[in-house]
Amino acid sequence: MPGVVADEIELQIGANRGGDAPSRDGGGDGDRGDGQIPAYRRASVTGITLALGGILMFFLALTSSYIVRRGVTTDWQPVPLPRLLWANTAVLLASSVTIEMARRALRRGAEDAFRNLWALTSGLGVIFVAGQLLAWRELRAEGVFLATNPSSSFFYVLTGLHGLHLLGGVIALVYVALKSWQGSRVGQATGAEVAAIYWHFMDGLWVFLLLLLTLGR
Amino acid sequence: MRKRKACKGSTPIAAAFAVVLVALTVITTYLFVAKTWWFPPAITDVGHEIDAQFMRTLWITGIIFILAQLGLAWVIFRYRGRGRDQRASHFEGNAGMEIAWTIATVTLFVGLGLYGQDAWAKVHYQEAGAGALQIEVTAQQFAWNFRYAGPDGKFGRIKPELVSASTGNPVGLDRTDPDGKDDIVSPIIGVPVSREVELVLRSQDVTHSFFVRELRLKQDAVPGMLIHIHFTANQIGDYEIACAELCGLGHYRMRSLLRVMSQVDYDQWLKETAANQ
Amino acid sequence: MASHAEVVHVHVHTAPTGFIRKYVFSVDHKVIGIQYYLLALFSVFLGMSLSLLMRIHLVWPALHLPFTPGGQMTPEQYLALLTMHGTIMVFMVLTTAPQSGFGNYFLPIQIGAEDMAFPVLNMLSFWTTFVSLLVMVAAFFVSGGAPIGGWTSYPPLSALGEIVGPGQGAGQTLWIVGLAIFCAASLLGAINFITTTIDLRCKGMTLMRMPLTVWAWLITAVLGLLAFGVLLAACALLLLDRSLGTSFFVPGGLVVTDQVITWHKGGSPILWQHLFWFFGHPEVYIAILPGMGVASHLLSTFSRKPIFGYRAMVYAMLSIGFLGFTVWGHHMFISGMSPYSAFAFSLLTMSIGVPSAIKTFNWLGTLWGGQIRFTTSMLFALGFVSLFVSGGLSGLFLAQPAIDLYLHDTYYVVAHFHLIMGVAAIFGIFAATYFWFPKMFGRFLNERIGKVHFWLTFIGVYSIFMPMHFLGIAGHPRRYADLTGVQYLNGLIPVQRFISIAAFITIGSQLLFLFNFLWSLWGGKKATEMNPWEATTLAWSIPSPPPFDNFAGHIPTVYRGPYEFAVPGARQDYVPQQLTPAEVATGEVSSGPTVKA
Repeated sequence: MPGVVADEIELQIGANRGGDAPSRDGGGDGDRGDGQIPAYRRASVTGITLALGGILMFFLALTSSYIVRRGVTTDWQPVPLPRLLWANTAVLLASSVTIEMARRALRRGAEDAFRNLWALTSGLGVIFVAGQLLAWRELRAEGVFLATNPSSSFFYVLTGLHGLHLLGGVIALVYVALKSWQGSRVGQATGAEVAAIYWHFMDGLWVFLLLLLTLGR
Repeated sequence: MRKRKACKGSTPIAAAFAVVLVALTVITTYLFVAKTWWFPPAITDVGHEIDAQFMRTLWITGIIFILAQLGLAWVIFRYRGRGRDQRASHFEGNAGMEIAWTIATVTLFVGLGLYGQDAWAKVHYQEAGAGALQIEVTAQQFAWNFRYAGPDGKFGRIKPELVSASTGNPVGLDRTDPDGKDDIVSPIIGVPVSREVELVLRSQDVTHSFFVRELRLKQDAVPGMLIHIHFTANQIGDYEIACAELCGLGHYRMRSLLRVMSQVDYDQWLKETAANQ
Repeated sequence: MASHAEVVHVHVHTAPTGFIRKYVFSVDHKVIGIQYYLLALFSVFLGMSLSLLMRIHLVWPALHLPFTPGGQMTPEQYLALLTMHGTIMVFMVLTTAPQSGFGNYFLPIQIGAEDMAFPVLNMLSFWTTFVSLLVMVAAFFVSGGAPIGGWTSYPPLSALGEIVGPGQGAGQTLWIVGLAIFCAASLLGAINFITTTIDLRCKGMTLMRMPLTVWAWLITAVLGLLAFGVLLAACALLLLDRSLGTSFFVPGGLVVTDQVITWHKGGSPILWQHLFWFFGHPEVYIAILPGMGVASHLLSTFSRKPIFGYRAMVYAMLSIGFLGFTVWGHHMFISGMSPYSAFAFSLLTMSIGVPSAIKTFNWLGTLWGGQIRFTTSMLFALGFVSLFVSGGLSGLFLAQPAIDLYLHDTYYVVAHFHLIMGVAAIFGIFAATYFWFPKMFGRFLNERIGKVHFWLTFIGVYSIFMPMHFLGIAGHPRRYADLTGVQYLNGLIPVQRFISIAAFITIGSQLLFLFNFLWSLWGGKKATEMNPWEATTLAWSIPSPPPFDNFAGHIPTVYRGPYEFAVPGARQDYVPQQLTPAEVATGEVSSGPTVKA
């Protein structure tokens, strides 16, 4: 007797399998028994990848502005990059490691390990942002503000916008941890995967921006 | 089965559509041929080359326009529905035709573009010659001012703090600079005929654009930049200068005059203008 | 635990109840599509009113017009109308209705999905767009009024604040903020469209069986995803220049009405132009591609013939999308940019004419040998082809820098972009409306009023915009608030008058459409059949309007391409995508809401 189990709703897309039409793509590949619909799990990963494409273009526009502005101006004064930035970078890189460990823990079913590593990652993310703000404070103490010169403008803009995006990532991590995943189209594992992809991207983006600021100084 | 209405009524509407398209084609073609509203005659050699490229483009696009609109009119009328029980022909495409008209269009369009490089090169790839008459053009909200170097051939320093339209120093000329003592600032631009002129465009506030129809010349004056353009006018007369980049509420009245004169008249004009400094 | 063979169909989201969940904060792509469409409908009438005021003022400047406090319209009021007209039309009409309006409604249905991939995100996208419209319109009501820098908002004019002009204070700030919000909303929408198309196609719906409308929406979404981030960055930098003293776009040493600007140095106004047009050029393809998809769709359906060269059409749209990112410099030939780059941009721009020409040939090829049915939607689709040809060909002049030297910033440009965007794209929207209205609302738009609307509009728009080419050729600059400044414009005033009269009549005719639309929502002829147009795509296999999950739990399987008309040996002159081969052979169709006899 078919029934709907309360805790795991099995959903099917494209279950109308009539006809013999060949199909190379499209949904309808059924449930893998983990409470998730493959099409929607794929969709979540596609979605975050596309979002990162949009965010990448945003930062590429800023990067090319940086390069152009550097070329046209005579008033470019190199910004003394606070050493703290390197410590912050280490923190962020560490958080990429921990989020990856957390994600795999969840896949294995090690719920406790996942929760701890996930919380650790969020903490590291907050520490990173705090560290960035401290770095800003250092610069301000040296008299380098947003409008001081074009180089400093870009420094604050790039680090500030990256920091904002990373804060968004922290919020996403908290959301994944606290949300009730019952009755959802995808499982927590997918949510964690999506958040992790975003997180790794923000990590890589930071490394890129740091290199840009260092080399372009 | 439901009864379907016979599709007899398509002739009037198909005919009407075809007529409208034909009328559009005829009227548009006529207006381009009759040149009722057209370019003023060009007064530079490169201007004539630009006109020639325009005509080349007009011929090609004109023929395509006529063929396409009339072709559309024809298929609309010829293939109007004759009844719901009539079947259309079934073909899904023609690879040969696709390749053919792709090659044709690429050749035509890119070829046309390459052909037009000559005129562009003459305007922009080549700099003004060494003996060109140098005139500095200063754009501001909402006036044009033109500066001549005077007998010493040198332009004096410009200082933003000295700009004062009300006390007669619209470009901010530093009269204490020896080079600037004999500079001549004029609200209109005078040039001798058949002499190469080099303009150095600058702007005091926002982006403006220097446009003289008869020269077939337009160039933005961008704050923070000194942009060089050159021309040789070969016809005496007065030609209006208009601003061609939105610069604020007075954009529409930011005009001046290009006066092309004989060498004698030009020298006279320059002397009189200098006396009025 | 239920076994696979016996799994019960449980829908992803149950039907919403309550007015707010059903019609206001709905996650149903169909409701959201209608919301976007209504936003666009409001915006287009707002935009047209602004341009009507502009046109009247230009040729009858002594008239006292409504909404101009103080009597006669001032130049800055004209420029504010101009700025907001362009902004509202480009963003709130042409970037919403064709893509977020019809695309939202019909993309999932045409690919056999129950909704977009991310319904909540979809709802967020709409309401964010709505907020952006509010913020933009608010610019009219703040001190100083709306900005006067044009929809392109070039700095330093847009960066220096009120000292360079009225409206450049709070008005300009609201404009930038509104636009930035719109960018975010568009990015969210793009993510949804692309993901849905990639991941949620039903069985049998291969890429090469997707309707051309789906291809158009997909490519448009990719353009949006890659372009709006750049505009967002530009807006952020401009806001910083305005309010926090940075100098990305503003050089030093400026003097505005004798006052030296000391708080800026070293910026580049051209940098803004690069950023803006890197977005701006793909934006115009975002505006036109859905219309091309609709035109292809309708031309095939109402010629009762397959689209000519389906693959070529797909490749052409892909090329247009790709090349669209490489040509932005053609807006900047005169800007002070390197003349060598200018020439490179020119060749790329001439090349983009090639796929456009291929599409036109294929549209003609689709009509050739057809049995054309002249429904109102078909009339607009045919009109689209004519307008696309006209608008596209004039681009060939502007693409050449030597000719653009003269025509740049004249009415020639205004003619070009209006024909291609302000008319052809609009015709795409009209065609889609008359075609899909019965499916969306269960009632037809009145065909007779529709045809009158078509003729008045078609003749009207050509009357407005064809003469503008000649104004440009005669050297008439654009964005002029008044025609009495430059003397050589005197001889052109009669042409301007003709244009204004034509505009008055054409804009008035749109009231016919509005009346038709509103009246038909409740009083139009009922669309009792599922497939009144005898079309082939999945939308026409479901009731009008569709159930909340589109297919009532029976996701279709697709067996053939989207334009199977006039198939030799078939019983009818069309074969829907979802009929099984057995159903086609026997003419007997299995029961269920997905198919009809």
